[in-house]
Amino acid sequence: MEGTSPPKILLRDLSMTFPGAMNGVPLPVFERVNLRVEEGEFVCIVGPSGCGKTTLLNVIAGFLKTTGGHVLIDGEEVLVPDHRRIFIFQECGVFPWLRVDENVGFGILHSPKENRRRIIRHYVEMVGLTGFEKAYPSELSGGMKQRVEIARALAANPDVLFMDEPFGALDYFTRLRMRAELVSIWEREKKTILFVTHDVEEAMQLADRVVVMSRRPATIRTIIEITLPRPRVLDAQEYIDMRNGIFEAMGLDHSGLGSASDAKKSSD
Amino acid sequence: MRSSLERILLPVGVTSCFIALWHGLVLWSGSTIFPTPVDAFTGIVELMRHGVLLNYIVASLFRVSVGFLLAVLIGIPAGLFVGWFGRAFSAFNPLIQILRPISPIAWIPVAILWFGLSDLAPIFLIFLSSIFPILTATIAAVQNIQLVYLRAARNFHVHGLALFKKIILPATMPQIITGIRLALGIAWLVVVAAEMIAVNSGLGYLIIDARNAGKRYDLVVAGMILIGLIGLILDLAIRKLQQLDEVRWGFQSFAAR
Repeated sequence: MEGTSPPKILLRDLSMTFPGAMNGVPLPVFERVNLRVEEGEFVCIVGPSGCGKTTLLNVIAGFLKTTGGHVLIDGEEVLVPDHRRIFIFQECGVFPWLRVDENVGFGILHSPKENRRRIIRHYVEMVGLTGFEKAYPSELSGGMKQRVEIARALAANPDVLFMDEPFGALDYFTRLRMRAELVSIWEREKKTILFVTHDVEEAMQLADRVVVMSRRPATIRTIIEITLPRPRVLDAQEYIDMRNGIFEAMGLDHSGLGSASDAKKSSD
Repeated sequence: MRSSLERILLPVGVTSCFIALWHGLVLWSGSTIFPTPVDAFTGIVELMRHGVLLNYIVASLFRVSVGFLLAVLIGIPAGLFVGWFGRAFSAFNPLIQILRPISPIAWIPVAILWFGLSDLAPIFLIFLSSIFPILTATIAAVQNIQLVYLRAARNFHVHGLALFKKIILPATMPQIITGIRLALGIAWLVVVAAEMIAVNSGLGYLIIDARNAGKRYDLVVAGMILIGLIGLILDLAIRKLQQLDEVRWGFQSFAAR
């Protein structure tokens, strides 16, 4: 498969250094990241908190300029954000001064009125917010707000979604449900999704492939392909083995005792 | 039920205590000049009978409205401009910060020099007193717009005038309204001072005139009470702005308290 069709997203030797972020000392955020994402693929990027995953995603989306290397999407260099690729923010980018329907229709302001109304209705229904069209975001729960943002992104009919820990602020059960819903939306809409998270379990549930980043300056440690069919069973041996593989790549013993015994060894 | 009863009983009780204390203190001191609440109330009635009261209220409100609206019309666009463009901020902010702490009262001699004893002098003073809270609030509001909103807008290719109308203005509106509310409160404080010196009509003039023409302190206090009541009505009116659907999000934590 690889190499036969052109990749959707191609990162070539991508590096980023914040110039003089701390006392004038340049701060390397990530280094020589090479990645190839196929059309319609669901790729999760995991790594320890603060390793530069979010910065990487912002560079790929065109919000930040890279200091080295290239981002190619459909063979074209990415320099600015594009409405064919929508970013879903960790902090929730839903506009609080617009109602749910106005938010969902924000990306299609220039569509004919009737068409726009139909699209809004369709995606409001898809994310399960029918009946809340006229509500303001402040009247919604965190999970509902995140659905508004997903509906807004899908309504613009992008071919790529960038998701930066979109479920990070949600409670445990809402998070589980949002993951399942995202998978079913992705299976229907066949978007290419690049999803950043620090939650290995989340990546295991969602991704075709999991890209494991190292601590800052981040590099790609390894890429693990998750071949298990969805929905994935948490206690299947294969699942557990793959998850432990990710933990190991991240430098964590899956039992959580690895670092403690290491510390003991070094003190001996 | 209990809380709505409290909402009425508590303020009524406290205000009644205040009036009773006032009454008692005046009687105890034996003062023949300072009015009791009853004297002040009959003062208000006397002013209403006299016929000038309504003219004075209208005169004060007119000056406040013109000066305040001018400040809104100039302050909001100027604040958006200075807040949005970093270079404009570096250029104008120091000047704003130097002018801002000068009390509008200090401008009274200057206002009289420039505009004489006319309506323009108090209007100018009202304008000066309202423009700085509006400017400061608007500049801060623009600079505090959350990056996600701007990025989301860029992502959907919303630029230029559309960005201004759909993102910048609504995102800053709650903070601007807070600035406007503050400005109107200050404007109402300043009009009284300005009218004491620069003109011969209005509620400020009423107070100073009542004192000068025969030490009528019952009318002085009557004027003070009217100023307080009208100020309260103005604030309640402007608070309605905070309840508009488009800006309510900015006052959530306040409303929840």
